[in-house]
Amino acid sequence: MRSITFHQATLEALQEEFRRDHKTVHLSTDVPAPLRQEFGAARIRATPISESSFVGAATGLAGSGFRPVVNIRMATFGFVAMDQMVNQAAKITYMFGGQARFPIVYRMSVGAGNSMAAQHSINPYPMFMNVPGLKIILPSTPYDAKGLLKTAVRDDNPVMSFEHSALVDLAGEVPEEEYLIPFGEAALRRRGSDVTVVALARMAHFAMDVAEELEKEGVSMEVIDPRTLVPLDTQAIRDSVARTGRLLVVDEACRTCGAAAEIVSRVVEDEAAFARLKARPVRVCGLDVPIPFSPPMERYAVPDRKRIAAAVRDLLKR
Amino acid sequence: MSTRKELLVEMYVRMITIRRFEERVAEDFQRKLIPGVVHSYIGQEAVAVGVCANLRREDRIVSNHRGHGHCIAKGADLDRMMAEIHGRKTGYCKGKGGSMHIADFSIGMLGANGIVAAGLPIAAGAAMAAQLEGGDRVAVVFFGDGACAEGEFHESLNLASIWRLPLVFVCENNHYGVNMPVREAMAVQHVAERAVAYGMPGRVVDGNDVEGVYDTSAQAVARARAGEGPSLLEFKTYRWRGHFEANTILDLRPRDEIEAWKEKCPIAALERKLVREEILSPKQLAAIDAQALARVEDSVRYALASPLPEPEDALEDVFCV
Ligand SMILES: Cc1ncc(C[n+]2csc(CCOP(=O)(O)OP(=O)(O)O)c2C)c(N)n1
Ligand SMILES: [Mg+2]
Repeated sequence: MRSITFHQATLEALQEEFRRDHKTVHLSTDVPAPLRQEFGAARIRATPISESSFVGAATGLAGSGFRPVVNIRMATFGFVAMDQMVNQAAKITYMFGGQARFPIVYRMSVGAGNSMAAQHSINPYPMFMNVPGLKIILPSTPYDAKGLLKTAVRDDNPVMSFEHSALVDLAGEVPEEEYLIPFGEAALRRRGSDVTVVALARMAHFAMDVAEELEKEGVSMEVIDPRTLVPLDTQAIRDSVARTGRLLVVDEACRTCGAAAEIVSRVVEDEAAFARLKARPVRVCGLDVPIPFSPPMERYAVPDRKRIAAAVRDLLKR
Repeated sequence: MSTRKELLVEMYVRMITIRRFEERVAEDFQRKLIPGVVHSYIGQEAVAVGVCANLRREDRIVSNHRGHGHCIAKGADLDRMMAEIHGRKTGYCKGKGGSMHIADFSIGMLGANGIVAAGLPIAAGAAMAAQLEGGDRVAVVFFGDGACAEGEFHESLNLASIWRLPLVFVCENNHYGVNMPVREAMAVQHVAERAVAYGMPGRVVDGNDVEGVYDTSAQAVARARAGEGPSLLEFKTYRWRGHFEANTILDLRPRDEIEAWKEKCPIAALERKLVREEILSPKQLAAIDAQALARVEDSVRYALASPLPEPEDALEDVFCV
């Protein structure tokens, strides 16, 4: 199979969906040249640096029968338009009694690792998980990015796509043929019997590296990448834990009230999965600090392979 | 009757309907029949009616927290409005929105909004939709003077102007945002002066003169339909009642100021004109009024006869499927 980058995969997703549905519209401060060339300046809009207005305009477009894709770039810029995402798009299908659809895709890049400091590095998906009405995708491979983004464009609800900045140039196999990935289906990255490691976004890659390393020590790690946080494939995670009896959740986002906390809760609240636990569940998460600038501090603030491996080894002792 | 006369009569029907609707809502609120808060449109009827009289069913409007008048002017169903205000299952939003969130997408009413100024970017999107559709639909957004201090006001004017969107910005300057006088909230005298900064026409108009409202918005709508871009219209008006129908916020506006504005009642002014120009007799006016009142009473009966939602209905419509 051919190999393309994460970035190319997302571009292909949009190209295919924009060809398929002429009601799609793209809004961003930096215009993607290939889209502009193919679909024209009217549908591929260059916006001023005016997040509240163009994020809000997406809602008006969606409520008027269009399918906007908004590239906000850094998730931190999205905070300027919080009202339009959280108070407006997320709630108005509900508040209007379901009489209108708001198909909107918000793309935001997330993550630490580039010494961009705290106003350009964050993993804010947990706080959006707390807002009913938003779907959330968190792809970690080019294959998933393409398939999930295509599904997102066709979804009739606001969907947030959080894309880790360290994955943009990652290459991976993506078939030439069209495919879609349904929301709410986790990817089982690796089968194992000793411990279930649920790892999000970039951490899924770290977890796979650790699994390989620990295999030499005779540890059999199961790695699950949820791929979408809303909806979350709770069943796949519970089933896995019921088999392995051990759960580690790895997320780069801050620990407090994070996706990892939610995943642990969903497992321990389940009678069957809880009964099978051989040890208390463990989280390896980003520290509760703004992402610092200087590399030694930045590396320290987010999980790495060493910390994940240590957590697995520790879990297995219990 | 000439078209102009028919127009005046039609606008009168709408204005008196809004007035009677709002009076009844205020009464029923005092009787504790209505949950939450409601923001009365009494005193501002000429703005919604004069603007919307220029619109077609397929044109889109976006409203704000003081939105009942905009709904009625755009042709919303009184029964479903009243049912929504009463939190009934048969309301426009199945009781999930209430007074501040009434919408009717089938008539291009894209929703009231509880967040000050949030409707402006949404309206820019609706106008962009009209532009992409390629016809001559327009969008109109209603907002108060208070909204003009929000960033979304400025950003939306800029966006609409650089993209020449078919959008009419309608500022209902009732001189206060709650108790904040507009002269303290703004360093220029008129909101519409700001149009210059965004490269669009701005007009300051008496918002209690429905004909003036109609004519001014006719120009702005025509400009939008012709693809020439947005306009900022500022209608000076006044709300007769407190900020909302609850006594949790005191009305600090001077009594004599309120009374003086009541003398400038937009409905009484139109009635005088209709009689003076022998378009309608006082008897005919009274008949129209009685009809409006009857329609409002019907809507209350409909609302009160409608079931409340089941608690579990709260689980529906988070996502559309
Ligand atoms: C962002 C935001 N801030 C504050 C409020 C509370 N609030 C509701 S209406 C209102 C006054 C708005 O004044 P104006 O825009 O002039 O409209 P009016 O009530 O006079 O019609 C305020 C402060 C709100 N709803 N949204
Ligand atoms: Mg005001």
